[in-house]
Amino acid sequence: MNIYADNAATTKMSQAAIDAMLPYMNHIYGNPSSLHSTGQQAAGALYAAREEIAKILGCSAKEIIFTSGGSEADNQAILSAAAIGAKKNKKHIISSTIEHHAVLHTLKKLKKQGFEITLLDAHENGIVRPDELFDALREDTALVTIMYANNEIGSIQPIANIGQICREKGVLFHTDAVQAVGHLKINVAEENIDLLSLSAHKFHGPKGIGVLYARKGIPLVSLIEGGAQEKGKRAGTENIPAIMGMAAALRESVDQVEENTEKLIPLRDKLIHGLLQIPHTILNGDRQLRLPGNVNVCFEGIEGESLLLLLDAKGICASSGSACTSGSLDPSHVLLAIGRPHEIAHGSLRLSLSKENTAEEIEYIIHETRNVVEYLRNMSPIWRDLQEGKRSYVIQ
Amino acid sequence: MLYSEKVMDHFTNPRNVGVIENADGVGEVGNAKCGDIMKIYLKIKDNIIIDVKFNTFGCGSAIASSSMATEMIKGKPLSDALELTNKAVVEALDGLPAHKLHCSVLAEEAVKAAIKDYYDKNNIEYDHSLFPDCASCGHCSEDGCSTGA
Repeated sequence: MNIYADNAATTKMSQAAIDAMLPYMNHIYGNPSSLHSTGQQAAGALYAAREEIAKILGCSAKEIIFTSGGSEADNQAILSAAAIGAKKNKKHIISSTIEHHAVLHTLKKLKKQGFEITLLDAHENGIVRPDELFDALREDTALVTIMYANNEIGSIQPIANIGQICREKGVLFHTDAVQAVGHLKINVAEENIDLLSLSAHKFHGPKGIGVLYARKGIPLVSLIEGGAQEKGKRAGTENIPAIMGMAAALRESVDQVEENTEKLIPLRDKLIHGLLQIPHTILNGDRQLRLPGNVNVCFEGIEGESLLLLLDAKGICASSGSACTSGSLDPSHVLLAIGRPHEIAHGSLRLSLSKENTAEEIEYIIHETRNVVEYLRNMSPIWRDLQEGKRSYVIQ
Repeated sequence: MLYSEKVMDHFTNPRNVGVIENADGVGEVGNAKCGDIMKIYLKIKDNIIIDVKFNTFGCGSAIASSSMATEMIKGKPLSDALELTNKAVVEALDGLPAHKLHCSVLAEEAVKAAIKDYYDKNNIEYDHSLFPDCASCGHCSEDGCSTGA
């Protein structure tokens, strides 16, 4: 049995994406900046892919910048908005405690340059509150950056609501939509989004390619200097095969979004239900407002890395917010931000499903997880103390 | 692969897991906040460790380090067990990743804490400098947990 349940980390490429890429490796390999016909064929493909992606997102092709992925897009969006703000002496940025490090670390850098950062509370369900955003807005707020959906706990933010508030207040709004694009219906115009980041490998496209959508009239700072590609805002020869793969994968996921959601939600809920039958287990993130494939729970009394390794030995690929899986010794900042104490956050398990997972696999995951948790608890001194009443349960 | 075959072997088939009721010495080190706790139980007769068991809350390397450390002291005189170093545990495991070295430190400290407990319970004189205070390693400081070994 080999079950891949780590689709929030990355996905298997779809056949449509692979098929769309191949011709641009073996036949139409030209540089789109070249004047000859091989180059111009590539330029034509690049044009078509940009049009396609723009149409899907609800914007114009001129508003699409190809990047190396979500992190680069996040960096460029935030640094651009900060530069715009700095010119008007607006040096306040609002974000949330549960953003991806691509956002949080960029904000940390800006803080050192004199920006003030307000991080909105994501509360226990992992969702920011628009009224709290409203209250946090100031005259000198340059940017609001709130992720569309969280990569660890799957919570979906009230993006349209936040977009409306920002637009009314005349504040730029960026959303890191890396986990959401291809999985949720998104339209940047309808949701008043000014800047959006996405990454192809989260929706069955290739790695190393992403998009920054920047609404017309928002000047971008370039992170990479060189040639005039991407209107001078992102130098470097375009990765045509990856761009073609991304466009195909996006088209396919968006076309199937309803079908996939209908398939995934029952699987997700079956998995959540099964895991919560394990005593002293808690769900992380909102019960309803969560990505269709995301499951994240904490088990009391055990540590996540050992859980992952044992699940892997059973053929289950998953992820954890435990410190030991990160290289640091602090557990996931997201789990801490939603109020999980350190010792509980260490025992987290994230399973992120795709359309390829089956009901049988879900049953197998529940069964094996139950066994592994019990095995680890039996060798855990914390669990023994809990059982003997020498320590009180955090998760009832 | 993150871990050596030895580590994976001791993690997936840990030796000496369990609890000794009425143990002669019990040592517990680490803390839940930092994500690892080791508890070692000793049965001692004529200064020989005749049985040893452990319980560990922690990652793969913490469990493997506990398993290896208990194997290395089982059947040995207390004087030998007191000489067990984290380095010896790491070597016996064919290495640990740099940020996991503290797991081997915990194993060494858990063994020492269990022996100290035995000495204390039986009013046996010992050299206190052999048993550094758990807090001295700095792993579980107020500022958070460090990876330092």
